[in-house]
Amino acid sequence: MSSQIELRYHLNICCCMIMFAHYIVAMTMKLGLIALLLALTSICVSAAVFHPISQSHRSAALELFSNADGRKQTTAMAMKLGLIAVLLALTSICVSAAVFHPISQSHRSAALELFSNADGSFSSLEEAYEALRTFEVLGIEKKPEDATCKSVVDTLSSPSSNSKDLYHALRVNGLLKCKISTAALEGIASRLKDGLKHATLLLDYYHAVGGLLLIKDQSPEVDVLLGNADGIVRSIKALSQSDGRWRYSSNNPESSTYAAGIAFETLSGVVSLAASVIDENLIGTLKKDIVKLFDSIEKYDDGAYYFDDKHIDASGHQGPLSATSAVVRGLTAFAATSGSLNVPEDKILGLARFFLGIGIPGNSKDLYYQIDALSCLENNGVSVPLILSVPATVLSLTSKDKLKVRVSTVLGSSSPPLSVKLMQVFSSGSKDASVLKQELRFDPKEAIYTMDALPEGVDIGDYVFAFEIVLSDPELKSKYATGGRTKVPVHVTGVVKVDNAKVTLLEGDIVESEKKLDLPGKNDVALSANHLQKLHLSFLLTTPLGKPFKPHQVFLKLRHETGVEHIFVVDNTGKQFKITLDFLGLVEKFFYLSGQYDIELTVGDAVMENSFLQPLGSIELDLPKAPEKATQPPPQAVSPYLRFGPKAEINHIFRVPEKRPPQEVSYAFLGLVLVPLLAFLVGLLRLGVNFKNFPTSAVPATFAILFHGGIAAVLLLYVLFWLKLDLFTTLKTLGLLGVFLMFVGHRTLSHLASTAAKLKSA
Amino acid sequence: MVKPSSSAATKDDARALIHSLRSAYSATPTNLKIIDLYVVFAVSTALIQVAYMAIVGSFPFNSFLSGVLSCVGTAVLAVCLRIQVNKENKEFKDLPPERAFADFVLCNLVLHLVIMNFLG
Repeated sequence: MSSQIELRYHLNICCCMIMFAHYIVAMTMKLGLIALLLALTSICVSAAVFHPISQSHRSAALELFSNADGRKQTTAMAMKLGLIAVLLALTSICVSAAVFHPISQSHRSAALELFSNADGSFSSLEEAYEALRTFEVLGIEKKPEDATCKSVVDTLSSPSSNSKDLYHALRVNGLLKCKISTAALEGIASRLKDGLKHATLLLDYYHAVGGLLLIKDQSPEVDVLLGNADGIVRSIKALSQSDGRWRYSSNNPESSTYAAGIAFETLSGVVSLAASVIDENLIGTLKKDIVKLFDSIEKYDDGAYYFDDKHIDASGHQGPLSATSAVVRGLTAFAATSGSLNVPEDKILGLARFFLGIGIPGNSKDLYYQIDALSCLENNGVSVPLILSVPATVLSLTSKDKLKVRVSTVLGSSSPPLSVKLMQVFSSGSKDASVLKQELRFDPKEAIYTMDALPEGVDIGDYVFAFEIVLSDPELKSKYATGGRTKVPVHVTGVVKVDNAKVTLLEGDIVESEKKLDLPGKNDVALSANHLQKLHLSFLLTTPLGKPFKPHQVFLKLRHETGVEHIFVVDNTGKQFKITLDFLGLVEKFFYLSGQYDIELTVGDAVMENSFLQPLGSIELDLPKAPEKATQPPPQAVSPYLRFGPKAEINHIFRVPEKRPPQEVSYAFLGLVLVPLLAFLVGLLRLGVNFKNFPTSAVPATFAILFHGGIAAVLLLYVLFWLKLDLFTTLKTLGLLGVFLMFVGHRTLSHLASTAAKLKSA
Repeated sequence: MVKPSSSAATKDDARALIHSLRSAYSATPTNLKIIDLYVVFAVSTALIQVAYMAIVGSFPFNSFLSGVLSCVGTAVLAVCLRIQVNKENKEFKDLPPERAFADFVLCNLVLHLVIMNFLG
């Protein structure tokens, strides 16, 4: 659910964000003017996206930007912080004067888009009514399918439909004029009257009374008059609260503004259906209720008034738009029956502004609320709001644009004869305003009020123009709500003259060389200087009216061949802008980098039509050599856009395999290792080794063989462990083998020992 | 003429020394000679591996270490066995050579389990 301030605020924030983003990008790029240009493009972009309120947003954004105080940009950080603060502050400033536009063609196309289903049918009669009502108000000729009419007839003839269904069907019938017999309507009327007798809920009253009213309109011969009108009014009034809001039922303590709107509509219906005149006192208390309800009205800075609803209503649809729409409907219905309305006209105009300020809502329900409420405001006989709109709020002095003002009703129809006066012009810089009372010329052909020349003294810059609408016929004054003064932000742009631009090279106070510059134009200065000299740049800026002008951005930039940049803010005294670069004090800032520096001058402002970013030429600097401790120039940041590009691919670095010896060497050593083994075997033969000690009898020999086989098995197990087995398997097998080996080893060795002992004793 | 005569005398002395050593060693029992031969075999194998490492580099260092330590370890165990088996060594007079051999086998098996684990 959008509301005017929310929408505006979001859009402004949107603009601010885009501008701010561009601004930071530009600061990183150290390009002052590009910031300005990008910001202007972003304004256009946002205007294009939010098309219907394009003009007001373009100007609001322009105002935002032009007020942004970019003048004291000493350091980037301070400036950024300052900018945030200024932008936040400006969101409130820029809405204080705003342009509202009446309903236009864009609303019609939006309505067609939002309400058109693929097959032209509607899911419910309520939705059908909303679509048809919106089309009717906007003057769109679109015939729905016969299915809608059939559904109306079905609903009305079905005995099971309740008062709500009947009400919605009758509403659609009121627009479509389907064929319903008078007898059928009479039956429905009696059913609704019966329902009214047992009604306890506010919505029951609303549907029944609304249905009876619709029958009265559609078929005057049906008797719909209510005998007990006073009683019904009293029982509805019993649901009201002390703050002017209403409850939906007596059990539910929560009150809502939406319910109040419905209650007023129902009550005015009862009044017009009453068989006898309603008690004057009752009408009087209802009027007091309206005044009380208006105490809770809320206001935006731009003069829009609205009602906020904190509670969810029966239909589940809540928010300022539905609540305000319901109140407006109830209010105008009440005004139509009672003939007067003691609501101040600025409130009426404020409500109209609220609905217009929304622009084009995003869903069909909101669009219906907006259009229906505006239609009620347009057609009320008591106080019709007149909307003053300015088609173009950016005026160029160069092309001598004329200020044009249009006055119309909310739906865009022409206004009664009237005159528009420009009362005051506020300059954005100063608080004082010149009082003018200048009347605008009316062009009946285009229905536009034109001011042939801008008021005297209006130079380039930002202004707020205060207009007043004066109706030619004083009798109409009570019929229309003009709402006093309408403030409109206006931006005047023009060409700023650049004079006496020159660049000078000084040594001490003696002028070494001087060169005149042609700004904005092509320049190619070629200078050379050492650290004892100074560079001096000066120029004059004058507005078309000859006044001094201070743009947002005046920067001088020096860029070294290596890409290191230095930005200097050029200060002014009156018209004259000048800057002196004393290289002796700047050597450290320049990182002792000698060589060629490109000079660039930026002069930019939102209202300056000839903003420029101009290369002036170059200067060859001869600076002393850097001492050892001097700071190194910062590495040049890559373009900020590159930061979002793909990062360098990460490759896994594999371990380089160790250098292996040639195979021949390894084989040679394998052979060499076998040599000692051979020598060992030969040595054993030479020593005369024999197996005489090996047991000869069967049993010890078996044990001895098993013992040696066991050792061989363990060694084989080790080889297997080396080749494929894991430690656990190896250890398990080794345990078994070990026990076996101990046993056979013990038997063999003890046998050997006993034989040796026998030999000794023998 | 002093020098040559003295050098000839040294040569003779050395020859006499080696001769006496050989004659003394020939008196050693054969089983000890076998052990000595085994120790020489093990140490020379270790030396060849060290030479290989010096020439080629120690890249699979754990393999080199296990190879060398296997040889050196066995040599040490063989020396221990020789000490225990030697009849003239009074200290182990009561220890039967079979028992010493059993120790030798057991220690070798444990040593080579570790070596195999370390071989990689």
